[in-house]
Amino acid sequence: MNSLTRLLGWVDERFPLTSTWKEHLSEYYAPKNFNFWYFFGSLALLVLVIQIVSGIFLVMNYKPDAGLAFYSVEYIMRDVEWGWLIRYIHSTGASMFFVVVYLHMFRGLIYGSYRKPRELVWIFGMLIYLALMAESFMGYLLPWGQLSYWGAQVIVNLFSAIPLVGPDLSLWIRGDYVISDATLNRFFAFHVIAVPLVLIGLVVAHIIALHEVGSNNPDGIEIKKRKDPKTGIPLDGIPFHPYYTVKDIVGVVVFLMVFSAILFFAPDMGGYFLEDSNFVPADTMKTPEHIGALWYFNPFYAILRATPPLFGSPLPGVIAMGVAVMIFFFLPWLDRGPVRSIRYRGPIYKVAVGLFVISFISLGILGAQVPNPLYTVLAQIFAVIYFAFFFLMPWYTKIDKCKPEPERVTG
Amino acid sequence: MKKLLFLICLLTSTMAFASSAVHLDKAPTNLGDKQSLQRGAKYFVNYCLSCHGAQAMRYNRLQDIGLTEQQIKDNLIFTGVKVGDIMTNSMSKKDAKAWFGAPPPDLSVIARFRGVDWLYTYLRGFYRDDARPTGWNNTVFQKVGMPHVLYELQGEQVLHVERHGEHETQKLVLAKPGKMTPVEYNSMVADLVNYLDFMGEPAKTTRHKLGFAVLLFLGIFFVVAYYLKKEYWKDIH
Repeated sequence: MNSLTRLLGWVDERFPLTSTWKEHLSEYYAPKNFNFWYFFGSLALLVLVIQIVSGIFLVMNYKPDAGLAFYSVEYIMRDVEWGWLIRYIHSTGASMFFVVVYLHMFRGLIYGSYRKPRELVWIFGMLIYLALMAESFMGYLLPWGQLSYWGAQVIVNLFSAIPLVGPDLSLWIRGDYVISDATLNRFFAFHVIAVPLVLIGLVVAHIIALHEVGSNNPDGIEIKKRKDPKTGIPLDGIPFHPYYTVKDIVGVVVFLMVFSAILFFAPDMGGYFLEDSNFVPADTMKTPEHIGALWYFNPFYAILRATPPLFGSPLPGVIAMGVAVMIFFFLPWLDRGPVRSIRYRGPIYKVAVGLFVISFISLGILGAQVPNPLYTVLAQIFAVIYFAFFFLMPWYTKIDKCKPEPERVTG
Repeated sequence: MKKLLFLICLLTSTMAFASSAVHLDKAPTNLGDKQSLQRGAKYFVNYCLSCHGAQAMRYNRLQDIGLTEQQIKDNLIFTGVKVGDIMTNSMSKKDAKAWFGAPPPDLSVIARFRGVDWLYTYLRGFYRDDARPTGWNNTVFQKVGMPHVLYELQGEQVLHVERHGEHETQKLVLAKPGKMTPVEYNSMVADLVNYLDFMGEPAKTTRHKLGFAVLLFLGIFFVVAYYLKKEYWKDIH
């Protein structure tokens, strides 16, 4: 024991080990009233680790080559020891990443976690979300199935709608006139090296920014305002470790149960996590009947399809889709409400959030369907609600009749 | 709010209608039935493998359905390949293209693409159509390039179309019986489809078994984690 303490002392003189531990875990004071919604941050970190570890094992056996890719995935599923498990962990993890991140973002939305002084926490988080979209889009090409191929074709073609530089830009992204071996190789490089590096950097920045300002909580009040005069510790704060580490373990176990139930009993999730048409090798000569987006992009895909073209150009749709994603960045400045948490907001805000959730989910459902005129009209209605939620926010959050916030956190 | 609820109802109801394209019969398959899988493997190498390949499938993987390497070598390998080799066919891609218009698709993961119900209906849905170059057409795959390979067994079906005003009902009728009765043929197709399902994901049965063990472990772990949390948190009010 004594020699261990001496070793720790030796390290601490050279590296801030103990102080880092204290700053981020044992003496990081988090509000004591975290509820269900607060599990998803640590779960997102867990899924990131799951994806990186399972990804490393996949890269050991996968062949990024247009002629070999499809059957190398099947080789992993059959001939590699536990290969099917590794592959399903990665494919389930990809979808679960978005489940967790969407719930995490929704938490931030309803409790006003993006409000001053946490704007940068939110912006880093949004950048993580963008990197995640890029990561999943490029990873989806790698199995080289029909949907991998044609999905990538459709998305990269969207860039050609940009005036002037568009066609050259999409050519530059593909490295060819169509999605080809060149595209597969560069997407592979980005998927396994470039984007993961960016993701990890952003996650570190997200956590450092969070620990600088401290965590928000379901009441949306600052626990740092009321500190114990003697110790300087927030009265409503408890050390993250051990309290939230042991609590998060419970969340992790429940999450892993859901994860395992999907992985072992329904890894395709009825064609949403692994699409049926992606079990056909990419065929450059045969366009599939229905090219769908990945389920987690469907709300944006529905907005893209529902926006009428202008002079035959899909540019308005591309812009609408881009705005639908990017608008989240501006939340900290769109929200003018006097309180942060939905608990003390007035009825207008609650209705607005309800409508937003309904329109987001409905757009997601519509994005998965083969388009027809009725669906297009419905998607247009929901898209208008979606945008109204953001664009009218400065107005309705200001006039809303809020309740007074409590002095201390409530249960 | 009422309008919104109405819209959502409309949305879900139209979606329910949208998914009714071709009626598919439910395939009576069971991956636990090794006898059925073995019969299916036999039909597969006899009838399918001469034109289709299964390049993700190795012969010796058939040990998973209860066959020994010797049995596989003696009964299921006709091309002289090794037992650890993949299931390929001897038809060249060029010939295949000339004969059928397109090379027959690889069947390794066909069950994952089409689903067992589709396959079960498809293999029972061939009928005589002299307008087609092969003389065959199919109810679930219109203008299919594949001739009815199993017609000796099933016999020849014809398609009866009945018109009732606007409605049109299609009915397959057995015009010339084959070597098997319809019941025998259906059960043979079920075995074959069962095998295709196995071949689509040989680890599926293992996956299910392991899944129960993992969930059981997590269930026990949950109790431990829950009481650990409770113990730590008892002084937080």
